[in-house]
Amino acid sequence: MEMDWIWGLAGGLLIGLGGATYLLGNGRIMGASGIIGGLVDKSGWSTGKERIAFLAGVFLMPMLLMPFYSGVDTHVTGNLIVLIAAGLLVGIGTRIANGCTSGHGVCGISRFSLRGMTATVFYILAGGLSVVFFRHILGVI
Amino acid sequence: MHILIALIAGGLFGSGLFISGMTDTTKVQGWLDVFGAWDPTLAFVMGGAILPMMIAWRLTRNARPIAGGSFPPPPIAEVDRNLALGSVLFGLGWGLAGLCPGPAIASLSYNGIEGVVFVGAMLGGMALAPMLRARLDRTAVAA
Repeated sequence: MEMDWIWGLAGGLLIGLGGATYLLGNGRIMGASGIIGGLVDKSGWSTGKERIAFLAGVFLMPMLLMPFYSGVDTHVTGNLIVLIAAGLLVGIGTRIANGCTSGHGVCGISRFSLRGMTATVFYILAGGLSVVFFRHILGVI
Repeated sequence: MHILIALIAGGLFGSGLFISGMTDTTKVQGWLDVFGAWDPTLAFVMGGAILPMMIAWRLTRNARPIAGGSFPPPPIAEVDRNLALGSVLFGLGWGLAGLCPGPAIASLSYNGIEGVVFVGAMLGGMALAPMLRARLDRTAVAA
């Protein structure tokens, strides 16, 4: 538990290296919601192969690392209504805002983008309110 | 070339999400839960990720991407209603399940049926978004 911040920092550096590779290599902003959303609504089909390759990397590496770790658990809720509501909100919200934690957060803040910083403030505040409301007031999560 | 670079970038991103603990929903919700047992890990992840990206943005000056093409245009300085509204909706969902799009994909292989349900709903939301966005744009013009 005391080591968590070191793993957080190390993992964060890898996330940033991934973003740097995508930017300097392909000239693109590494935003997970944009990469996925462009495949869903067909707006990104012209760069479809690149998007699929990126997502394959995101999916495969944790799967390959998994056997070397013990006790990895996502602690995700088993409440299907919560999962569906949260998934819909994340899907709709990130596409209307044009970005999520990786695009607006990591890639936006690092170039002092006003939109990235504004989005990050809004989703963190809303996330905080969401936890307070659903956990401490309603008690559903 | 594009495809190989994308695969490597995705692999780094996925590894980082895994190692940092960001696929653990209790860490994300713990960071958002200022009235509970607050967990600062996410701030270290964000800080760690922003550092290489700041260097990368600096390197884009007077250069071209390795695989050809061009770098993204400078950021738009305009904050509109969609940005704020979309981010609020996203944040509500993020807090509710503790998952955002990157970690949802990264954890898909070990997140059980729950992870699949979340990703399915997220893809459904992404499919609905263009229609909702068009509706929002119409009311913005009317207002």
